[in-house]
Formats: sequence, structure tokens, C-alpha cells
Amino acid sequence: MSGPRTLFDKLWDAHLVAPESADTPAILYIDLHLVHEVTSPQAFDELRARGLSVRRPERTLATLDHSTPTLPPGPDGERPYASAEAKAQVAQLEANCRAFGIELHGWDSAERGIVHVIGPELGATQPGMTIVCGDSHTSTHGAFGALAFGIGTTEVGHVLATQCLLQRKPRTLAIHVDGALPPGVGAKDLILHIIGRIGVDGGTGHVIEYRGAAIEALSMEERMTVCNMSIEAGARAGLIAPDETTFAWLKGRPRAPQGAAWERAVARWRALRADEGARYDREVRIDAREVRPTVTYGTHPGMAIAIDAPVPAARNLPERRALDYMKSEAGKPMQGTPVDVVFVGSCTNSRLPDLREAAAVLRGRRVAEGVRMLVVPGSEAVRRAAEAEGLHEVFRAAGAEWRVPGCSMCIAMNGDLAQPGQLVVSTSNRNFEGRQGKGARTVLASPATAAASAVAGRIADPREFLAEAAA
Amino acid sequence: MQPITRIHSRTAVLSDENIDTDRIIPARFLTTTTREGLGRLCFHDWRYLPEGGDNPAFPLNKPEAKGCAIVVAGRNFGCGSSREHAPWALLDFGLRAVLCSEIADIFRNNALKNGLLAIVIDEAEHRWLLEHPGIELAIDVAGQYVELPDGGRIGFRLEPFARHCLLHGVDQLGFLRQHEDAIAAFEARFERAA
Repeated sequence: MSGPRTLFDKLWDAHLVAPESADTPAILYIDLHLVHEVTSPQAFDELRARGLSVRRPERTLATLDHSTPTLPPGPDGERPYASAEAKAQVAQLEANCRAFGIELHGWDSAERGIVHVIGPELGATQPGMTIVCGDSHTSTHGAFGALAFGIGTTEVGHVLATQCLLQRKPRTLAIHVDGALPPGVGAKDLILHIIGRIGVDGGTGHVIEYRGAAIEALSMEERMTVCNMSIEAGARAGLIAPDETTFAWLKGRPRAPQGAAWERAVARWRALRADEGARYDREVRIDAREVRPTVTYGTHPGMAIAIDAPVPAARNLPERRALDYMKSEAGKPMQGTPVDVVFVGSCTNSRLPDLREAAAVLRGRRVAEGVRMLVVPGSEAVRRAAEAEGLHEVFRAAGAEWRVPGCSMCIAMNGDLAQPGQLVVSTSNRNFEGRQGKGARTVLASPATAAASAVAGRIADPREFLAEAAA
Repeated sequence: MQPITRIHSRTAVLSDENIDTDRIIPARFLTTTTREGLGRLCFHDWRYLPEGGDNPAFPLNKPEAKGCAIVVAGRNFGCGSSREHAPWALLDFGLRAVLCSEIADIFRNNALKNGLLAIVIDEAEHRWLLEHPGIELAIDVAGQYVELPDGGRIGFRLEPFARHCLLHGVDQLGFLRQHEDAIAAFEARFERAA
């Protein structure tokens, strides 16, 4: 039984309140429950209807991000919500947090932001934890060696009331990324390349462990970008073993252990890696040296190719429909396609290094005539840090809009959206039909590719711009 | 939840692969704070024409699809966002079951917790059902089979606890709360170790 274990096995075993049997799933303990306004109201109502309280409010952390406007309040002090419903939804989370004693990073918090940005920033996300949220991109937190996955609203209620979930043990998929990423190629290109390889359902039923030299070389922000999009390959969770990079990033953050407790925690966290000889249900090898700037050409994240590679011919009717919707032409590369809107933001790519990457391309340049560019920092902390180094001035000078933190055009439910037919180069995570506005066409890309495309007015290879900047 | 043992219906087919939860219910409708009344928004941008009115190209708008409670969908149905609004909308729209060769994990969990039968069947049988819309099926939860008009059967396997909950209308939160002692013991052990 106690043979060599994967990282996932160790996290799973350490959180079993009761193991699974043939008849019943395991009862899994949840260390941290993140909550936002969209997927929680019905769960709080359920608690109320049953007369229950939140079992561990101190293990619960809430923020406002999805329905929130990214423009500041008007002269009347009113925030420009997209609808009365959006405003009421936010008010409902505020009231629920007050009633149930949950810490909320609301409008008055200097730490408010996208749920998957602020968890790590606050040091609430830590190696070895189980973390859930009513949000599929909870996989982001796996970058810290935490078992983190998205749940539905019924399960949000289960965690609020019991701090536990009923779960069947998933299978494991190891993705080894050997070698080093070439210059001008980043974590977003890598994860799009991976999803292009294994497919939009390549991880279904599995937890992914990302391993290998190219993964170890990534910064924490880059690791978050990779783990974030695990769900886009169908995997509920992605994991990276914590190491010195992780510990250095977390040290001193408000909710991280301090002093002697920090030393004890790091000693514990060092054991969080797969044992030699641990077996996975499946393994995939990727060569990082083969990855180029990568973009999507269809209507799901698995339809991804190198920016200069020809769009593959449709193999079936759904693929033909996807190409038609996108107006992508088989045999031609995506590079050079005219662009209407550029969005830099989302839980995938809205952290300080992402904004620096976009600013490096935009510095001293202008967004092309007729292109609208939105830059939305992931949190108030990211916004402050970016403004402290003048990135907002770079964006504004280039003609881009610098907004207040939130999910914004990634999910397009707050009024930030594209018009029918417009092509959006977006650093977000989903290129589904209508995701960024009814009829809008989304091309997923890295912050550097997004910025280069904004300047060129066409989908552009950022390496040309970065080489020029360096020269 | 009401117990569900067996459902009968004609099938309708949504053959597209990778029908994501944004297509099932677009994000702009997620500002709701209830779970009721989402059926009118189900498949909204596919089902209605941009200028208003039903889109005749949407398969479930076809006269022969009216009243069908079982949908046979292309593989990887329900991928993307974890929104439970997707099964809420499908149920309120009148669907009771989705048959597919592969169903996205979070959607499948959410669906079964709400009594929407998200059922995975073998590829060959899935392909046959995709190619034969409008046939009368019975889905037997207890026996774990789909019965064809000629009496033939397609087997499937539900996670045993999910099946038990469907058959007996088990309240899963109530079940979890019965384990309070084990949860408290785990916390005591766990917090000592930290």
C-alpha cells in the first residue's frame, strides 16, 4: 500500500476524513474555501434554509471580482454596474459575509481582486493544502503544490457547512516538460501548446502533475498561468511540486506562517514531491524547445497552434463550424489576422510580470488605429505595484485603457465585452463562442503576443518587437 | 431531491462536440441569485436568432425535438466553467438526461447532484444514438441500462453513491453532516500536526 507516491497521492492521503469504499466516495477535508459573488448566493440560501452556520469561517475567504465594473465610480459616487442584478449580487455577497462571519475583500479592501490572484498574494494559498472555489480556474493554486479544484454551488454549500467534500479519487497524468523555453516564449505559449497536444478533454478524470526542467525554471506567476489552464484540458487540477522558488515567493506574505512556524512549514513542504518511482496512470512528454508563440484558431482552447503555423483543415463538421465562426482560413497562419480588441487581464495573465511583459512591447509604441486595448490588473495589489513602476503610464501613453481590477472581458459579464464579429486577442483562458460577448471571436495568446498584436493591428509575433526593443 | 428510478423519452440530438457551459447558459445571465427560472435562458445564443425569435437551425427547436427529455450530445459535453447554472437551466428547460461518450467532470458532478442524469456510454453506442435521433428510450437507474425500442440494452455505470442518491433521493449534505465526529477528530489531529 505504501509504495512510492505521487505528489497528488500525498495531498489526497493527508486530507482523508474517511477513505472511499465501493459504496461511498471519500470525505475530503478542505483547508481553504474561496468564495465569490456569482456561485455562492444559492449556497448561502441553502444554509439559511437549513438553519446551518459556516463551520470554519476562518478557512473561508471571499472577494468580489466577476460582476464588478472595472471603471471607477462616477461623479455621483456610484459604481457603473452592468445591471441592477449585478449590483444586487454583489450586495448579497456583502450581506452573506456579514451574516456568516466571513472575511470579504470587498470594495473597501486594499487587497480586493480576482479570487485566484489574491489567494496566493495574501499567502492564503500554501503548499500541501486542499483549496476549492465555485470556479473552475481554482486549478491555478496548484502552482503552489496545493490540491485545488473548482466545484459547483451545491458543493460550495457542502464546504460552507462541513468543510468537507464527497470525492472519488481521480487518476493522475504526469506531463514532463523537458528542455528550456526559447527566448520570447512564455508560460502561456507552453500551456496552449500542451492543450493543443493533449486536447480539450485530454485531462478529463485526471489530476495533472507538471514536471521537468522547463517547469522548475518557471516563476510562480508563470506556474500559475500553466496550472490555471489545466481545466481547459479537462483536468480539474494541475500540480507543481513546491521548491525554493515557491518558498521565496510566499515568505513574509500576510497569511503565510511567520518565524519558527515558517521554518516548520517549509520543512513539511519539502516532502511534497513525487517519490522516486511513483507511478502515474498516464504520462506525456513535451519538449519545451519546440514551443513557439502559440495562439488559438478555433472555439476551444485545444484548437491551438504556433502563431506562424498554418491553420489545420477541419476534420469534421464541428471543426468546420469553429473555423467559420472564427473566420479562420485553413492553410493560412493566424499571424497577420486583423484585430479589433486586445484584452490583457484575467486569472491567467493579470499579475505584475504579465503586465510588465505587455508593457515591454508597448513602451514607446502606440496601439494601432481602430484597435481598442483594455489592461485590467488582477488585484488592487497588482494595480499599486504596476502604478509604482509607471506601467499604467506606458499603457495610457500607448492608447490602452487602464482599469480597476476584476475578471472583466475574460467572462464578459460586467459590461466589458466585444461586439458581434469583433476579433479579440485575449490573455484569458477561454475562446468559446460568445465568451467575450455575443458573436465575438476570441484568440487566446500571451501578454507579449497580445501587446504586439495591439501595436500591429494584426496578430503579431512578439519576438520581432522584443528584439527591436532590446536592440 | 425526488428519487429517480426510471425515465422514458424520445431522444433529441445535439451532435456538436465540446458543448461548453457558456453555450448552455451564457455568462451574462449569471448575475442571478436564485436557481429557478433559468430554462428560458438555456442555450440562449444558439437557440434564438440575434434579431429575436427561434433559430430554426438549433436542433432542439425542431418540431420533432419538442418534449424530448433525453439529449444525446457530442463528446465532452459540459466542458469549461463550473457554473451549476448549466444543469439548473437544462432541467428547467425540460431535460432529464444527457447521454454522451464523455462528459466533463465538474458538469457531471453538478448534474447528478441535481437529478439530471449525466450518463456516459460506449463510443459505438453513442455514435449509433447520435445517428438515430427521435427514438424512444427508457433509462433505468437501478439496472444501469438504457432500453431501446426493440428491447435491446445499452449498459452504463454510475458512480455507486451518486446512483444510490438518485434512487433514494438522498440529501448529500445531510449525509456529510452525519460524519461530524470524524470531521472534528480529523481537525483535532490535523491542527496538532501544524
